[in-house]
Amino acid sequence: MISASAVTKRYPQGIEALKDLSFEIGDGELVFITGHSGAGKSTLFHLLAAIEKPTSGSIVVDGQNLAALRRGAIPYLRRKLGLIFQDQKLLFDRSVLDNVLLPLSIAGLPPREAMRRAHAALDKVGLLDRERAWPIALSGGEQQRLAIARAVVNRPSLLLADEPTANLDRESAGQILDLFRSFHQVGVTLVIITHDPQWMTRGARMLRLARGRLVDA
Amino acid sequence: MGAFFSGHLAAARSAARRLAASPLNTLLSLVVIGAALALPAAGWLTLDNVQRFAGKVSGAQQISLFLTPGGGEKEAAEIETRLAGLSPGKWRFVAREEALKRLRETEGMADVAAGLTRNPLPDAFIVEPGDVRPEALENLAEIFRSWPAVAHVQLDSAWSRRLDVFLRLARLAVGIFAGLFAGMLVAVTFNTIRLQILARAAEIEVSRLFGATDAFIRRPFLYFGALQGALGGLFALSLIAGAGWSLAGPAGELLLLYGTDFVPRGPSPAQAGALVGVGAALGWLGARISVSIHPRGFA
Ligand SMILES: Nc1ncnc2c1ncn2[C@@H]1O[C@H](COP(=O)(O)OP(=O)(O)OP(=O)(O)O)[C@@H](O)[C@H]1O
Ligand SMILES: [Mg+2]
Repeated sequence: MISASAVTKRYPQGIEALKDLSFEIGDGELVFITGHSGAGKSTLFHLLAAIEKPTSGSIVVDGQNLAALRRGAIPYLRRKLGLIFQDQKLLFDRSVLDNVLLPLSIAGLPPREAMRRAHAALDKVGLLDRERAWPIALSGGEQQRLAIARAVVNRPSLLLADEPTANLDRESAGQILDLFRSFHQVGVTLVIITHDPQWMTRGARMLRLARGRLVDA
Repeated sequence: MGAFFSGHLAAARSAARRLAASPLNTLLSLVVIGAALALPAAGWLTLDNVQRFAGKVSGAQQISLFLTPGGGEKEAAEIETRLAGLSPGKWRFVAREEALKRLRETEGMADVAAGLTRNPLPDAFIVEPGDVRPEALENLAEIFRSWPAVAHVQLDSAWSRRLDVFLRLARLAVGIFAGLFAGMLVAVTFNTIRLQILARAAEIEVSRLFGATDAFIRRPFLYFGALQGALGGLFALSLIAGAGWSLAGPAGELLLLYGTDFVPRGPSPAQAGALVGVGAALGWLGARISVSIHPRGFA
């Protein structure tokens, strides 16, 4: 599903956020990426989501080399991914339901089918009864679950999440972890960035970043 | 195909919703756009009517051919034959005796005519040309002048030529104004869309992250521009209709003075449609420029 080789990312200001990264993630794997603040976790997330391009090296996601991707092909790649951002990127001037409908209308789904899927996704994260609410009226955990519903509504085969449990209490974090496990069980490939120790004890595969390098992967 | 169609439908709906969501802004834009479309359109309509009216009242345009004094029936017959060959319109012969008789009957001229010891007037032909365009009249007069036994050709086309020049100038002015106003319409739409893009930066960013293409992001803005322009066109039509309605009374009185059956014409359905179409096209253009020079919003 993902194959990175000798990936380096240097930002224009000269900061080298990732150095010579190589790893493989197979179809249906559940992988945690961890590391100290500033280690380059979000940078890696941005590279995997084709938001940033690597300075050198290659990243192949779902058969496409992101380093050489045409600009026009990026939207179609994104539609195959489920993205959960560290800052969530919810639209606060749209209802809960409309936030979840957004990726579907982008993909051009017929309204009826889109509505059906959005409801299913909201049901999955336990927000069906809040569909008319505004995101601002949701708790932190609920907002995170809304972001997850929006990420999975397109039924992506690869789910990328950047710190999905930051700022959440243990119980909310546990709910979200359970959600991810259920996606894993139906064959979705998951890459979850976290520095929550609760997640690391569960024997899953772990990629550890330190100052932009992969350590004891 | 279905997805393509529903995408356009959704973009059009979203544009309509946004127009309805801020009625005051929309109203202000429509006033500006409506005026920008109505003024040149009204100017054009006015000129069209002036031209048709002038054609009507100058329909009796005449060219007089005065024959050489002392000529006889032979010369008159010769001219008659030539006129028949050329068939420039209607004509009639006015014998010198008849001309004098008319002069006597003309108020204020009776004394003058009475003082004459002999008839100084020549025989004449009065031609009412079928083609009253100034150039055509001028050509015809030139031909008449070259005929034998024609002493003088009098063409009363100065007025019509002046009108023609005026109309041409006025049309140019209307064209220039139309261009300026079109630019204004494009600029107004450009700015409206620019502000919308800024206001919706988050939505645009998130849409991109979830796989929106450039076309998908641009579409609602383009629809907005086109829809606003089309509504501006409708508003312009209502302004023109309102102006026509309030001018109908005074214009009717004026026309009565001319004693013509001339009826001023408003825009035809095709012209009305064209005005709405032009509004939509210019609105689309303004939006198109706006979305293409916003690299930040669309990067
Ligand atoms: N857009 C950017 N421009 C310049 N430097 C950046 C940019 N984004 C990140 N960096 C730098 O790259 C390094 C890695 O940042 P990154 O956000 O990937 O860290 P992180 O592991 O996600 O940290 P955190 O746990 O705090 O989210 C940092 O030194 C950061 O300052
Ligand atoms: Mg980060």
